[in-house]
Amino acid sequence: MSEILKITNLSITPKNTPSRLLVNNVSLTLSAGKTTCIVGESGSGKSLTALSIMSLLSSQLLASGNIVFQGQDITKLDEKSLQSIRGAKIGMIFQEPMTSLNPVLTVGYQIGESLTAHLGLKGQALKDKITALLTQVGIPAERANSYPDELSGGQRQRVMIAMSIACEPALLIADEPTTALDVTVQAQILQLLDALKTRMNMAMLFITHDFGVVADIADDVIVMFRGEIVETGSKKDVLTKPKHPYTKALLACVPDAEGKKQLKPIDYAWLKDGLIEDKVVA
Amino acid sequence: MSQQISENIILQANHLVKSYSQRSGRFGFGSSQVKALDDVSISLKAGSTLAVVGESGSGKSTLARCLLQLHPFDGGEVIFEGQDLAKLQGQALRDVRKYLQMVFQDPFASLNPRMKVGEIVGEGLLIHGMGSATEQKQRMLQMLLRVGLSADDALKYPHQFSGGQRQRIGIARALVLNPKVVVCDEPVSALDVSVQAQILLLLKELQQEMGLSYIFISHDLRVVRHVADEIVVMHKGKIVEQGAVEAIYNAPQQPYTQQLLSAIPGRKAA
Repeated sequence: MSEILKITNLSITPKNTPSRLLVNNVSLTLSAGKTTCIVGESGSGKSLTALSIMSLLSSQLLASGNIVFQGQDITKLDEKSLQSIRGAKIGMIFQEPMTSLNPVLTVGYQIGESLTAHLGLKGQALKDKITALLTQVGIPAERANSYPDELSGGQRQRVMIAMSIACEPALLIADEPTTALDVTVQAQILQLLDALKTRMNMAMLFITHDFGVVADIADDVIVMFRGEIVETGSKKDVLTKPKHPYTKALLACVPDAEGKKQLKPIDYAWLKDGLIEDKVVA
Repeated sequence: MSQQISENIILQANHLVKSYSQRSGRFGFGSSQVKALDDVSISLKAGSTLAVVGESGSGKSTLARCLLQLHPFDGGEVIFEGQDLAKLQGQALRDVRKYLQMVFQDPFASLNPRMKVGEIVGEGLLIHGMGSATEQKQRMLQMLLRVGLSADDALKYPHQFSGGQRQRIGIARALVLNPKVVVCDEPVSALDVSVQAQILLLLKELQQEMGLSYIFISHDLRVVRHVADEIVVMHKGKIVEQGAVEAIYNAPQQPYTQQLLSAIPGRKAA
């Protein structure tokens, strides 16, 4: 299996308070054809980790560590080289499909932008490619002329997916792509992402707070808590045999559809003096 | 599930109808009617939890607001302890309102940022003139402690609290008047799972202590499974299916309910 992305010792701090670690010494590896889920609660650092891969962190934040993408350390690249990677070799889907689309441009135009920028497509070739992409994500081709407000939430997210896979990226980062959607639509979008990942042999980094979604889509799971990775492993190991007390406690809070489980709020007694001990990293 | 469920119906809605007019067509010059509630009837047994589930636009929040007379409706009736609420006005309606309270979805938008927590929680007591000033203060503090906050918190402002703590404030505000029916509109959907579990357990404890009846509005079928005794499934303003929680989850009759249940993430892998 080929390695697509390797993060080593990534730490993120605010520029004005360097002692506060928002992301603390995170290392992870993503491989082609595999979906890795980062799961954690708000403030666990999961989104910051994803944004740092694209060098999209706020200018108020400082990142250190190495991020090697296809053999190239992208933390050392200048803005111009980064732009040739963003949207081309690394695609990204965000949580809110309405705020990430431009309301005054047709969706076809927006999908076409990255095709023109990265692949130099024009005219009929561009049109054909847009049609092919829309079909691939399950939207009728004539929708290319629609504006985002004429589409439903699920359709907008499909358009976002079409944009993010337009240049056939090696890595797709999806940050809570289904959180804003209804469950039936969520199920469709998860299926679509999984099918595309397999067909295009992409590495997918999927950020979520929902263990149900993890169970549906992940191959590997990374659990984050207060900026640190507390446990990694295969989906089966983490979900059925969690080792770290935080993972266990978090899973005990998740309501199940069978209603058999007794819900238990997290008891942080294992946090000794506020320190996370005994990390379980496979 | 709560133990002391009686067969007494405490709140009942019969054939509720509510339409909104919506701008339509190019530039919104036209208008069309959207039926948010189309002949909706539910009944809530005293001491039990009735969950209303559905996707966005199904009319579940509109139903919540109509039940509490926060929205006028076009047809039907809402009966609380034998009284038709729509026929009540002015003081009579205000008198009944203290028995019908609501916990809102967004703990950030539903608390007045300029009021101290003590004022927010105590306001209902003041409005309904329940007891002397000292008694009101005592009751307010007692309620804050009960939901897991401290007496010092009464002097703080909402922005000083986390989402879960704010939801506790919202619950204290709703319960301080000793209501009989509490409508919870997506009370945990904005919260992290660990906080969600705390709030769900708190709501359950309070239900048993105070003998509350809940209408629980939610889109999360996993949460509903844990809190509800009975379920109403809504779709496009209509009730698709209703019944006991076990029956609906184990043997859904309608295709839409089956579709909803099979879309619950993590079911296949579990």
